Formats: sequence, C-alpha cells, structure tokens
Amino acid sequence: MALLEVRDLKVEIPTRRGTLTILDGVSFDIAQGEVLGLVGESGAGKSISGLAIIGLLEPPARIARGTVTLEGRRIDNLPREELRKVRGARIGTIFQDPLTSLNPLYTIGRQLVETIQTHTTLTNRQAETRAADLLKSVGIPAAESRLNAYPHEFSGGMRQRVVISLALCAEPVLVIADEPTTALDVSIQAQIIALMKRLCREHSTAVLLITHDMGVIAETADRVAVMYAGRIAEIGPVAALVNRSKHPYSAGLMGSIPTIERRLERLPQIPGSMPRPGAVPAGCAFAPRCTFTRDLCRAERPELIETFETRCACFQYDPRWQAAHV
Amino acid sequence: MPLANAMGRLLRGAIRSDVYHSFRASKTTVIAGIVTALIFAASFAAPLIALQNPYDPASLNLSDAMKPPVFFGGEWAFPLGTDDQGRDMYSTILYGTRLSLIVGFASVLLAMAIGISFGLVAGYFGGAADVQLTFPAFLVALTLDGVVRGMVAAKILDIDHNDIAVPVIVISLGLAFWPQYARTVRGVVLIERSKDYVNAARIIGVSPWRIMLRHILPNAMSPVLVIATINLAVAIITEATLSFLGVGLPKTEPSLGALIQIGNDYLSSGDLWITVSPGIMLAVLVLAVNLLGDWMRDALNPKLR
Amino acid sequence: MLTVALVSFVLFNYVGDPINGMVGQDTSLQDREKLREQLGLNDFIGVRFARFVGNAVQGNFGLSYRTAEPVLRMIMERLPATLELSLVAALFAVLVGVPMGVYSGLYPKRALSRVMQAVSLIGISLPTFLIGIILILTFAVLPNTCRSGLSIGGVVVIDCSLLAWLALPAFGRGDVVDLGGWRTGFLTASGLKAVILPAVTLGLFQLTLIMRIVRAEMLEVMRTDYIKFARARGIRSRNINFGHALKNTLVPVITITGLQVGQIIAFAIITETVFSWPGVGQLFVQSVSAADMPVMAAYLSFIGLLFVVINLLVDLFYYGVDPRLRAAQAAGKTV
Repeated sequence: MALLEVRDLKVEIPTRRGTLTILDGVSFDIAQGEVLGLVGESGAGKSISGLAIIGLLEPPARIARGTVTLEGRRIDNLPREELRKVRGARIGTIFQDPLTSLNPLYTIGRQLVETIQTHTTLTNRQAETRAADLLKSVGIPAAESRLNAYPHEFSGGMRQRVVISLALCAEPVLVIADEPTTALDVSIQAQIIALMKRLCREHSTAVLLITHDMGVIAETADRVAVMYAGRIAEIGPVAALVNRSKHPYSAGLMGSIPTIERRLERLPQIPGSMPRPGAVPAGCAFAPRCTFTRDLCRAERPELIETFETRCACFQYDPRWQAAHV
Repeated sequence: MPLANAMGRLLRGAIRSDVYHSFRASKTTVIAGIVTALIFAASFAAPLIALQNPYDPASLNLSDAMKPPVFFGGEWAFPLGTDDQGRDMYSTILYGTRLSLIVGFASVLLAMAIGISFGLVAGYFGGAADVQLTFPAFLVALTLDGVVRGMVAAKILDIDHNDIAVPVIVISLGLAFWPQYARTVRGVVLIERSKDYVNAARIIGVSPWRIMLRHILPNAMSPVLVIATINLAVAIITEATLSFLGVGLPKTEPSLGALIQIGNDYLSSGDLWITVSPGIMLAVLVLAVNLLGDWMRDALNPKLR
Repeated sequence: MLTVALVSFVLFNYVGDPINGMVGQDTSLQDREKLREQLGLNDFIGVRFARFVGNAVQGNFGLSYRTAEPVLRMIMERLPATLELSLVAALFAVLVGVPMGVYSGLYPKRALSRVMQAVSLIGISLPTFLIGIILILTFAVLPNTCRSGLSIGGVVVIDCSLLAWLALPAFGRGDVVDLGGWRTGFLTASGLKAVILPAVTLGLFQLTLIMRIVRAEMLEVMRTDYIKFARARGIRSRNINFGHALKNTLVPVITITGLQVGQIIAFAIITETVFSWPGVGQLFVQSVSAADMPVMAAYLSFIGLLFVVINLLVDLFYYGVDPRLRAAQAAGKTV
C-alpha cells in the first residue's frame, strides 16, 4: 500500500462566468521514502495539487471530486481540526519564497518552538533544545544563538534552511515541496537540494517535489509525473521519463532542455500554448498542439495507459489507435 | 485637453468593464447612486420646486415662525414646519442642500487642482519634503475662518463678512484638503517616473509638462477619484460642522449645518423638527456619497480585480 | 514646531490690531501710539518673533482680546477637561473598535460582521455634532420631556420611569475634584456620568476608523504567505489568529491611530461645544468667533507641540516593535 494515494482529484473554482476546473481528475501514488517529482508549466495545476492534498485551497476553490489517502486513512474529508493535526505532524510543507514564509515579527526560535509544541508534548526547554538541534542538522552555524534571530537577519539560502527545519520538525512522513529552489540563487539551489535529499533519506521521508525545473527533477526524483492543463500526461521512473518519454508533450518538454551533450541551432519549441482553465478543449487537452493528432484524440479524453516503462495518457498507446483517422 | 481625454477614456473603460458590473450587482450601491442623483437634482432644481426662497428676507413673515410640520399638527403650506424666522423648512432644506453641495464640490475641485499640481511638480522635479504634520482639515478651516474674521474686525478687509462667507469657506476647505491629493499624486509620479515609457518620452524630447499631463496623470486619476469622493463627504460634513458652530456660512442664508444649529436651542422644549429634518437630509446625503466612494474604491482597486 | 509658532505669530500680529482689542473705542490716536511704542509693536518683525518665542517658552502668551485674562491661565484651566475627555474617548474607541475589527476581519462573511460594517458606515457619515445631538435627544431630552411614554398603536410600551433610567447629563462636567491644580471629573459619580455622552460622541468616529483599519489589515494579513505556512505547519487557529495575525495587524494600526490624535483634538472642539464641556476646544471656538488672536495663537502652539510629541512617541513605538527597523539602525551604525 502506498504512503499517499491520490485518486481522481478534481478541483474547481466557481466564478461569475462559470465554474473553472483547475485539476481534472488527477491520480498518483507516492511510496514510502520515495521522491515523486511533479513537473509542468505555470498554471498546469502543480501547486494546486499540493495545496489540495493538505486542504489549504483558498476559497472559493474547492475539491469537487476524488480522494486523498495517507497511510490508508482518507484525509480529504476530515473535519478541520483533524486535518490540522495531520498538517505538520504527518505532512510537512515547504513553499517557494522563504522570505515571505516566515513571520517577520517573530524570532525563528519562537516559530520553531511553536511548531514543535503544537505537535508534541515537549516543555519549553526541551522544545528549544530540539529546535537548536534541527537548525544544526540543516547546517546553520551557531544554532543556539540564532534561535533569537529574526528572519530578515538571514540570507536567502539560510532562510530556506530554516523553512526546511520547520517543515521537518514534527517528523512528518511526507514533505510537499512547492518550488523550493525557484526563489534562490543558482549556487544555493544545489546546496538546498542536496540538503533535502540527505534529510529525507535519513528520515525515510517521502517527498512530493513540485517544480518546473527539470534539472532538479533529474537529479533528485525517483519517479516523475508530468502535468498538463490540470491533468497528468505521463508518469513513470525518472530515467525513463527523461530519456524515453512516450507522451508527445513530455517528449517536447524534455527536448527543450538545453544540455551540453547536444549541439542545437535552435531550442526546439512546442508551437502554441497550454490552454487556460475553462478553455480546455474536449478530448485530449494537448490535441491542438500535437503532431500526431487523430480524430480519436479530439473525441475522447485519454486515461493513463500502461506502456513499457511509464503510464501515458496518449491514444498512441491505445489499441484503437490503428483504426483512428487523422 | 488631455485631462478631459483621460477622464473620458476612464469613463468609457469603466462602463464597459467589471466596474460597471459590480455597480449593478450591488444593490446598496445602486440605491446610493439613485439617492445621490435625486438629491443633486432636487437641490439644483430648488428654485423650481421650493415653496419660497428662504434667502430672501422679504419673503419671510415672522408670524409664520415656529410652526410644526404637517404630521404634528401643522398646515400644508409649510409641510415640514417653519423655523424661528418663519422660513419654510422644506424650501430651506432644499436651498441649504444646494449650498452645501456647491461648497463641497467647489472645495474638492480647488483641493484637487492645487494638490495635483503640487504633486506633479514635487514628484517629477523632486524636492519639497513630506508634509509631515497632518493638521486635521477641520482645524485648518476653522483657523482660516478665524483669521478672516480677525482681518474683518481689524478693518484690514473692509467688507461685510457675510458677503464673502462662501468663498472663504470654499478656500479654507480647499486649503485644508489639498495635501492628500499632492501626496498621492506625488507617489504615483515617483513610481511612474522611473518606468521605461517615461524615459523613452524624455529621450525623444517630449517636454516635461506633456509627459506629466498626458502620460503620468491618467495613471493617478484612479486613486485621485477615490480620494475625491471621500473628500466630498468630508467637505460636506466639515462645512456643516463649521456652520453649526457659527463660524461657517451665515445664519441669514442657512445651510444644513446652520439650520441644525438654529434648532438646537429648541431641543429641550421638545420642538424637534427644526433640527431633525435637516439632520436626516445631511446624514442621508453623506451616507450615499460614502457608499459610492466605498464602491468606487473597491471597483477601482487593481488588487481586487 | 517652529512653523506652527511662526504661523501663530503671524496671526497674532498681522491679523487683528492688538491695540484695538485692548483699549476702548474712544482712546485717542496719540494714546494708541504710545501704547504701541510701549508694547514694542513697532519693533522689527524678527525681534518681535524672537520675543514671542521667548515669551512663549516661559509660558507668557499675552492677554486675551476678549477677556483680558492671561491666555496661559485660560488654557491651563481648561486643559484637564479636554485631556480627560479625549482620554476616555480614545479608550472607548480602542477597547471597542479593535475587537470589533478583529472579529469582522477574521469572520468577514458572518452576519454580525456585516452589521458592524453597516454601523461603521453610519459612524463615518454622521458629523460629530449630529451624533452628539442624537445622543442628547435619546438620553437627555427624551427621558426628561417624557409625558406619556412611548406607545405603539395606543398601547404604552415604554413608560416614562423606564426612560428615566437612560437619562445621562448632557451639559457640563458634573462635580469636579481639585487635585492641586488639576480639576478632575473622574472622582465623582456625577463627573463620571457627565463624561459618558461626550466621550462616546467624540470616540465614535475614531472607533469607526479603528474598526475599519483593523479589519482591512486583518484581511490582508490573513492572506500572507507566512499565515499560509503557519497553517501548513498545523498551528492551531487560535494561535494563528491571535498570535501571528494580530501582532502583525496591530503594528500599522497603532501607528495610524497615534497619528489620529490630531483628529481627536479637532473633534473635541465640536464635542465640547455641543455638550458645553469646559475644555480648550470650546475656548478655541469662542476665540474664533470673537477673533481673539492671542488665544488662537496659543492654542495652535499647544496643538503643534502635542503633534510633535505624539509623532515622536509613535516613531519610538514603531522602532521598538518592528525588529527590522532596529536592525537597519544597527546596520547603519556599524557601516
């Protein structure tokens, strides 16, 4: 049984002009200690997936359908107080911007102790010691004295380390990392990724790594899911997906990553752009931009189909493909 | 004229957009708009729909004084009663509202003119430090009025105070309120000044004035309009307050505030109508303007779109 | 500060010939000239200003045109009344306004919040004097002039003795106790009762403002990333609402409120007039009506001083509360 099971998750936002579907039936699993990368363009629904899992969708956005199961227990329909206990203690979260994630008027020691004491029964003293240990483990020098420091006294990379320590302080089994390195300098990014990898391996914490940076994924993830227009286009082991992706979109995505190994005159681009929620075509969402489109693609929406190495939502791998016309 | 163009564009864009939709969607705002329009119309049509001209002493008859309104035992000739000088309350309220509105609008326009000019210059050419001390507008207006009275008393200005009361109030209010506009416009100018399109215009050689009026000012109109509506409400209240205290418009041509003050003396004997009707009118007017201002602030706020 | 003094001085000297106020109509021109010479009114303007400031600092603001009393004494006599009134009004505004704002900021869609919004709209639409009159009508005139009680459809619903319960004084200060120069109304029952209506009138506008600002700030704070992160960490709502959110909300709110002191002082003028409260505000209005320049000048100087002090206090407060400012200061020093 997987640690986290997401089944057919659908997120909607009712607006004045009609209901917009942000996530359209998303399903994936994360196994114990595994790192699942969730990639896609801006607006594909990656962050929403993370927020939906921990129940932090901002109203009027809401989960319209589907289930989220953690360690065999459904968490999407829990009462508020129960869900609150899950957050932090079972599922930790890291957001993109470490500066705005931390309350500027509280010392980081206070924010750490507060989190620790919310989920454990440690005394103030014990919690402080624990906090200092956590800071040490994320590589912050002079941890004890830094407990009394304010967020703005740290550099960007240090702040993200603090955020990581906050996410892990209650020993969750899963960490959702939403673009953890996007706001950081490139030189710092590698350090943070390395830190996350080490800590999660040490504590056997699973990670849902949400990002649009394929380089990070290639280095860190065990499996990858590619999202497009609120749906999953392809999901599979990282090597297979990066080197031998089956879905035309993922192939295009991987092909557009500049690498030293290839010489290119121009960076390949997929013509057109991803449809906005509410403007998604019937049938396959990628059909208008795809070079292989047949009438089957425009008529029906493809489900994830088992191929040799990955699961891919493309009719090319459907038995009906031969009979379909262009 | 660039300002008119800017406002025209703003209006057209506004009507086509979400703004208009949000206006229609909110019942309170629509009601507020209708009420305001009604009050405006009624007060400007005052000479046509009033029963007498209360500012013309010749039309007043002291024997008509202190008659209660119709529903408290009065007569239909004076539906809302009369005051202590025999003025018909209904007519006086209409004329008084018109006076209040004129003073209000005039002072807002004056404040806008001064404030925008200062703001543009200060923001574009730099200098002119922050106006730190925000003296409450009411205090400024009151003081200025006192200064004028002093000048009249010392015969430096050899005129009857009552004749110049209206311009004095308008100027006092205008001078009291302009800093808000200046600060806002200056802020906008500072932001826009460093943007590329301004630099481009400068390089081409467009004169600073042209840049300010045609390019930068339209961006500032949105917050300025919001301030203006709030300002109007406050100006009306301030004028009413000054008149109530006896240092605003004279009692011989009463505005709403002065009327309320006249009635104040009769409260304890239970003759409430001289105070209550103008009071209600004042409250309704300001409430309506405030509601419109609130709606406008929400509708024009880019963050909420 | 100096600007205010300058303005006051200009008022004093150029507007309103002081001599006219001090002597009768019949005094001959020569006598007036002699008086002018005596008072040094013909001296160079700079000297006169310096003298004014010098006098002012020593507490000598001259004599009132209207009553020929020393201005300083007039002001000091009435200052406690105004200060006590302003204090009660401010307390009222803060102690009621902040909780209301917090509530309607946390639960904006609830019915009570909408009611509060409506009330706040009315609060800023009614001029202070109108509020005062309404309160006087409700709590003083109605109970006192009640003859047959309030009736609906011929049935007496509330009779006069019940209304008498509501009665509150609408005139003056009640009994005061002299504490060595500071006459306080807080130590007598009638004094306390007398301050209620004026304080509510004065504070209502402030309360509305505070409520709106607190609500707006709360709404904005609740949308920040650090609140989102706190939720994601599973922090209890109570701690989020009254710990993180409230603290971040109150800082700008207190700054703004502190700067509103000017408004309280200004509106005290109105309130004191409506309720015949013997404070410096009432004095100011009387002096404006009578073009009594020395009093006006002195009042403005005092107000200017008060502003400067309040601004300073607010700056200090801000500095003490926001760690980022302290750091900037420290960084500035080490650089």
